[in-house]
Amino acid sequence: MSHSTTLTPTLEQRGFAAAPNYELLPKRGSSGDGELLEVSMGPHHPSTHGVFRMDVVLDGERVVKLKPVFGYLHRNHEKIAENTTYLASMPYTDRLDYFCSLTNNWAYALAVEKLVGLQVPERAEYIRVITAELTRLQNHACLIGFLLQDMGASGTPLMYAFREREKILDLFESLTGARMMCNYMRFGGCRCDLPPGWLAQTQQVVNETPRFLDEFERLLCENEILMARTQRVGALSRELAINTGITGPMLRAAGVNYDLRKVDHYGIYDRFEFKVPLGDHGDTYDRYMIRVLEMRESVKILRQALAAIPDGPIIDPKAKLRGFRPKAGEAYGRIEAPKGELGFYLISDGSPNPYRYRVRPPSFINLTVLEDLCLGHLIGDAVIILGSVDIVLGEVDR
Amino acid sequence: MLGEGIIKGMAETARNFLGSYVSDERLTTVQYPEERIPQTENARQFPFLVHDGEDWHKGLRCVACQICEKECPPKCIYIEKSKDKKPDYVGKPQFYPAVFDIDLAVCMSCQICVEVCPFDAIKMNIEYELSTADRFGGLLVNKQQLARPNAYFHKIHPTEAAEVDARLAAEKAKANAKAKAAAAAATKTAAAPPATEAATK
Repeated sequence: MSHSTTLTPTLEQRGFAAAPNYELLPKRGSSGDGELLEVSMGPHHPSTHGVFRMDVVLDGERVVKLKPVFGYLHRNHEKIAENTTYLASMPYTDRLDYFCSLTNNWAYALAVEKLVGLQVPERAEYIRVITAELTRLQNHACLIGFLLQDMGASGTPLMYAFREREKILDLFESLTGARMMCNYMRFGGCRCDLPPGWLAQTQQVVNETPRFLDEFERLLCENEILMARTQRVGALSRELAINTGITGPMLRAAGVNYDLRKVDHYGIYDRFEFKVPLGDHGDTYDRYMIRVLEMRESVKILRQALAAIPDGPIIDPKAKLRGFRPKAGEAYGRIEAPKGELGFYLISDGSPNPYRYRVRPPSFINLTVLEDLCLGHLIGDAVIILGSVDIVLGEVDR
Repeated sequence: MLGEGIIKGMAETARNFLGSYVSDERLTTVQYPEERIPQTENARQFPFLVHDGEDWHKGLRCVACQICEKECPPKCIYIEKSKDKKPDYVGKPQFYPAVFDIDLAVCMSCQICVEVCPFDAIKMNIEYELSTADRFGGLLVNKQQLARPNAYFHKIHPTEAAEVDARLAAEKAKANAKAKAAAAAATKTAAAPPATEAATK
């Protein structure tokens, strides 16, 4: 595979005909119509996601320069984790990407399990897959809702998505006791067994989901306004995506077949049949469509997992809660979170606290190409492009 | 035809709007202060201390081992161990918390304290309207305010409480049997000291 040498190719290289010819414009600071305008979007702008700021330089309405500014939600997650026990970091991982606490739990548990060498029982693996796919469903549904909200479709798609999400959050609540901050997975398994009737309830929600997806697709996918606003907007090339370490739906929308569920086979994902949807153009519409298709694949996985879940223990008997001291060593656990590759890197020095604790947050790394995606587009499109990147500031700033 | 997709989408919203007059399941909003969803058995909001019997101070299961204080992720628990001891549920003298405070503003309802507690002394409450106008004293909850009888625990988490009771009863029976055996052995040794002496030699 050929890699382009430069990380930030020019607009021409990336095939944008719409780039204005700045030579003809008057220089900045001189009086006249061509003066460049600096706009600070955020941190409290309603259409930016969370406390995120973009310093945008505009030529008319076109973005000439864009600098993402973040850190407003920094809460020292990694240092806190290095100063508490391994177990005590688990509830903090819920607060990274607060839409997908269960996948965060899983990634962290996976890293510690690799470090200690714990065997996760069969039933716990199934529970993990089921909860992770439910998380993916609700994350993607909400993302599409927020994306449409950014486009000006204020309300309807987001409310439909939230109605669906509510059913899934109810499942999480009856399973884990909390709707968003689940804190459910433990090293070597899960915290508690499924409550009675939970599988039947989940089956019902999963059975209803295709109806919702059909409805969602009828509502949006052929909408001309949505197409006009998203197609050929913010295209991400394969080369740039690979060079900058983009993962998740954004990478797959650019046409790169890379899904950790297929590549890494973590957990028991090799047992399920599902496809990895890929995009052609890598534009905002592809990024939107990938999520719609991934929800359908998640439903497939959920059906298979719910049919095959065995009885048995839910936690490795060797796992212990109190006095947990892994041997010295290091481990990196990664999973395909709804937003991309979520990894936890741990170094243990044999003490109850990790010596080093590092999170590889997908949305932070996916955000690095924001300027490349936005250059040459209108400022209104920059908002949509940001929406399609799917960031959660809890994870970006940590 | 241009605009077909928009019309399709509008038809979908219209179907949802009209459907809300026909089927109740399309009306998903819960009118919160008037209407409340019953909480699930696993629900967790804020910890409480379990006590056996009527007297909260005497029956408190907590032995001030301070494990929860150490494991608490946001460090919202503050415990001071007592100087003297009081008997616990098996009659063994144990320390008790002279001070047991939880900062309501810091607690993040994660349930780690419940999981690490070896004495089943701290459990999660399901009361959720905890806001107060007093932001200093009102948010620091002391042990008297935290104490709840075991019957309350049974009311909010029946399955878990039954398990805990069974486990504690088994432990107590075991401790009693052990004490009885020890007492029997003691009387035996007292009755026949030369024999044991010979055996040890």
